[in-house]
Amino acid sequence: MNYRMQLTKEEIDILNGSQGEVMAKIMKSLVMYGDVFNASRMVKINAPAHFVTSFGISLMTAVFDIMDEINQSGIETKEKFTVDPRPIDYENVKCNLLEKIVFGIMYGKQEDYEEQLKKVGLKDDKAFSCTCYMEEVGNIPKKGDILSWAESSAVVYANSVIGARCNRNSALMEMFGAILGIVPEFDLLTDQGRKASWVVEVKTSKKPEAQVLGSAIGMKVMSDVPYIKGLDKFLGDKLDKKTKDYLKDMGAATASNGAVGLYHVDNLTPEALEEKESLIKDKAKVYVIDDQEIERVKENYPIMWSKLDKKPSKCFVGCPHLSYQQLLDWTDRLEALLKKEDKKKISIDTVFTAAPDVVERFKSNDQYYSKLKSFGVNISSICPLMYMNNPISSKRAVITNSNKLRTYTTARYFTDEEIARIMVRGKVND
Amino acid sequence: MTKREFKGRNVVAGKMKGEALVSKEGVNTLATFQKSILAKKKIVQGSDQNNPDTFKKEITGKVLCLPRTIGSTTGGMVLQSAAAMGLAPSAMLFSESIDSIAAAGVILADVWTPNKIVTIDNLGEDFLNYVKDHMTISINEDGTVIVEG
Repeated sequence: MNYRMQLTKEEIDILNGSQGEVMAKIMKSLVMYGDVFNASRMVKINAPAHFVTSFGISLMTAVFDIMDEINQSGIETKEKFTVDPRPIDYENVKCNLLEKIVFGIMYGKQEDYEEQLKKVGLKDDKAFSCTCYMEEVGNIPKKGDILSWAESSAVVYANSVIGARCNRNSALMEMFGAILGIVPEFDLLTDQGRKASWVVEVKTSKKPEAQVLGSAIGMKVMSDVPYIKGLDKFLGDKLDKKTKDYLKDMGAATASNGAVGLYHVDNLTPEALEEKESLIKDKAKVYVIDDQEIERVKENYPIMWSKLDKKPSKCFVGCPHLSYQQLLDWTDRLEALLKKEDKKKISIDTVFTAAPDVVERFKSNDQYYSKLKSFGVNISSICPLMYMNNPISSKRAVITNSNKLRTYTTARYFTDEEIARIMVRGKVND
Repeated sequence: MTKREFKGRNVVAGKMKGEALVSKEGVNTLATFQKSILAKKKIVQGSDQNNPDTFKKEITGKVLCLPRTIGSTTGGMVLQSAAAMGLAPSAMLFSESIDSIAAAGVILADVWTPNKIVTIDNLGEDFLNYVKDHMTISINEDGTVIVEG
C-alpha cells in the first residue's frame, strides 16, 4: 500500500506481513487512519485501553468475524483492557417475557463475544463499565499518557479532566491500537490539536444542569475544543469528587450531543490551570450560555412518546455510570423527598447504574445500600442504552436524566430535580 | 439541467454515480443506523430524531452528503457493519475534513469487508449549500464530484 506516514522498520515489517496477514491488516487500518489525519508517525501508548464494544448483538456479525480472525491468529493486546457495560441484567432490570425473548435473540452472541474479548485481553469479569476511570475500577491514566480508548464519554473525561491524550477513536480502531501498542499521532495527541477554537461563556444565574450545559455546548461546537469560562464560579477551583462527577456528566453530553473529545474549564481542568487562556486560538468563536439559552436547548429536545402525559414505566439514572459519591447523593436526595411527600417507596420502576466495582463498594455500605433498596431502587451495571435499543423497550415510556440516553433512544429527559420528583410521585405532570 | 463540479480529497477513492441524500447537520451514525440494522431491515432509514434531514429517509445506496459525523464512538463499527451487510451509503461526501469516527468506519469497511464506501472530504461549504436531495452525483477516482440537478 502507499502511505505518507514515517514508519519504523518494525512497523513497515508488520505492514508487509512479518507477523501474519491479520496483523498486517491491523497495521494497514491504523496507517490509513493516520494518513487521513496527516499524522507524521505512530506513538506508543502508555496506559491500558478501554473498548466501547461490549455487546454481542447478533447482527454485528462483521465485528465477530474480525474478532474471530484476531483470536485464531492468537493476537492479544499489550495490556489487559476494560470495556463498556454489558447490555443485559435480568436480575436487577425487570424484563417481561417478550423482552427476554427479544434480548435472547438480539444479544444471543453475548457469551461468545465475551469469550472473544477474553482471548484478546479483557481485564476480568468486572471490567464492564463506561466509567473505567473510577478509582474502584482502576483503569486511570495519568496526565500526558497516550491512550487507545473509545467510548466517547470516557475519552472526553480522560482528555479533559485527567489531561491524558486520546483521540475520539472508533470501536475496533481502539483495539488495533491496543494490539500494536501504538496510535497515529494527530489532533488531540498534539499540543496544537488541544487548543480551543471556541470560548463558551457561562452566564447563568445558578449552576447549570450538567447534562443540559454539555448538550448545549456539544450541539454548538460539534467536534471543536471549547474553553469554558464562568463555570468555576459554580464548581470552585478544586477537582474534587463532586466536581469530577459534574464534569463526567457534562462531558458525556458534549460528546453525544456533539462530538467533543476535549474541553477546558477555566481555573479548573489540568491544562487550563497550567496554560490558562493561551489555550485559546486566535479568532476563537464565542458562545454565551445564559438562563434563556439553557431553557431554549432543553425545550427543543424532541419527545418521542406517543402521549406526553403517559405514566413512566421505567427510569434510568446513570448514563454514564454513577460514581460511588453519586449513589450516596441520590440516596440522600430520595430520602429527603420521600420524607417530604410522606412516602416510603418511589412510584416508578427505577434502575441506578454503576460499574460492578462501584456497586460492590456501595453494597458494602450497609446503611446506604439498605436505605436505597428500601426505597425500591434497583442497582445494576447494565448499559441503559443497549437495554433500550430494541423495538419492545423503545415503546416503553422511559425517563432518564441522561442526555446521552435521550439522544440515542426514545427515553425522555428530565433534570435531576425533576426526575427525582417523578420517581416519587409517579407522574410526569404534577 | 445544471452541473457543478467540486474537488475534494480522497479518503477512500472510487468511481460511481448515485442519488444524493443531504444532511446540513452532522450525522449521528449510531442514532441514524441502529434502528434499521437491529430490526434486520433490508434498507436503512435514518432513525436520528435530532436530524430532520435524514430522519425516516432511505440511506442505503445513497450518496450521503454531510458536513461531518457526530456522536458515539461505536460509529465506525456501525458503518463497517452496515457496509458488510450491504446497508451502507454507497458514498459519503464531506464538506468539512472527515472526523475520526467516520474515517475509521470507511477504512474498516475498505480493509475488512468487500464493500467499500467511496469517501471524499474537504468539498467545502459551497458544495453542501448547492447539493440537494435526489440530485445525481458522479464521483471520479481523482476526488472530483459532479452534481447534476
